[in-house]
Amino acid sequence: MSLPRFGPHDDPGPDFAALLRLTGAGPESGPLGAAAQHPQAPPEIPHGTTCVAVRYDSGVVLAGDRRATAGHLISNHRIEKVFPADRHSGVAIAGAAGPSTEMVRLFQLQLEHYEKVEGTQISLEGKANQLGQMVRANLPAAMQGMVVVPIFAGFDTASSRGRLFEYDVTGGRYEERDHAATGSGSLHADTVVKLGFRPSMTRAAAVDLVLDALYVASDADSATGGPDPVRDVFPVVAVIDADGYVRLDDAELRRRTERLLRRHRTRREGEGGAS
Amino acid sequence: MTMPFYAPPEQMMKDKADYAQKGIARGRSLVAFRYDGGIAIVAENTSSTLRKVSEIYDRIAFAGVGRYNEFDQLRIAGVRHADLKGFAFSREDVDARSLANAYAQSLGHVFTNEFKPMEVEILVAEIGLEDDGRGDQLFHILYDGTVVDEDDWVVLGGETEEISERFEEALPDAPRSLADGVRAAVAALAGPERTLSAESLEAAVLDRGNDRRAFRRLTDEEVAAILEA
Repeated sequence: MSLPRFGPHDDPGPDFAALLRLTGAGPESGPLGAAAQHPQAPPEIPHGTTCVAVRYDSGVVLAGDRRATAGHLISNHRIEKVFPADRHSGVAIAGAAGPSTEMVRLFQLQLEHYEKVEGTQISLEGKANQLGQMVRANLPAAMQGMVVVPIFAGFDTASSRGRLFEYDVTGGRYEERDHAATGSGSLHADTVVKLGFRPSMTRAAAVDLVLDALYVASDADSATGGPDPVRDVFPVVAVIDADGYVRLDDAELRRRTERLLRRHRTRREGEGGAS
Repeated sequence: MTMPFYAPPEQMMKDKADYAQKGIARGRSLVAFRYDGGIAIVAENTSSTLRKVSEIYDRIAFAGVGRYNEFDQLRIAGVRHADLKGFAFSREDVDARSLANAYAQSLGHVFTNEFKPMEVEILVAEIGLEDDGRGDQLFHILYDGTVVDEDDWVVLGGETEEISERFEEALPDAPRSLADGVRAAVAALAGPERTLSAESLEAAVLDRGNDRRAFRRLTDEEVAAILEA
């Protein structure tokens, strides 16, 4: 591999996606671009589903369930849909699993590449816009069923607060004040979050709320996976605050999930619903 | 049709080499060395914005001396090379040796084929995966594409002989601490007649203790604290 060098007229600058295009290694030659050339929708491919995000007093919580489905079949029990984007931000993605993970990989690299080339970070708003452009670039594939709809969450070091961004299939970018959800179970998950949300929640309360939201979504939506204590599979939950992106470990998630399930059971017993 | 004056190839190469060396000697030098926690690079640099030392990839750092715009172009090309390779293959497939060879190819090509050689000397440093530092690598690449694989430490820039002599004398044997190495490097760069303050230095480390991205700049306060101790 020779050193990629450009003249002053075709230099891609800090844009990694443009660099990929110029060197011919871009996603146009991969699954995202290939879809545009095929008029028919692909056969049933794995889809990842529900993700939620909630703002709390000193940051944001981002969570996603672990199920991937292809048609009526569960294709994966442990897929991950929540990823760090860089030190102070993360993405959660619902949609076609292949293009989603590819988009995340490209987004992570785009941010890191910019930071290394320019010596400074992109602003949080700038990162949100970058992701919007990638979602828009996926529109031809989305028209054929390979939809990718992310949530972007981060800690804005300039204004010292957590921020949330939702997207639509066309790359439209909408900042949310308190909470966001995406994917097939998002309607149920978002309702739970909406009812449980309090301004300036603690981190612990916010984590419990997203776990509850995903649990309820899994109860109503067949494409959303619930917690599985038998196989030790819990949602991926990440918190982003001034100290950066941290993924919660399984021990904490197991503890909180067990408490959540106990709470649901007690409620049913209290109503005399247990049999 | 006019005939160009004949110049023997030896003379042409020598003229080019002299030209490049003069350009490099005009700039300030830098020192890189291995310490018990990784690799450190210390450069004399009065600017706090135009960097000589930078991050290329997870475990790879770059340093350049000579003409700023030329080594900065090489730095960016290196970041692109590494990021493209990591994207096409995997992060662990990006290594300093292949990057050093790409640099050597590019510099050698410019030296022999273009009118003006690049007035730069660059360093590609990589820390290995083992904790004992066995995989650490320092590649010193000259303006004509010559690659030198350095073992423990290296000096880049003008007056390298004097600085190397002073550094070798002041540098404690491995394994050495970061602070001891930085003090020896600063003393060697400064020489007997000058003292260098933290503000006129640029220092960065590839720290084995860091997460995925090992590169970290030392702040002026950190460097000052080391120098005062």
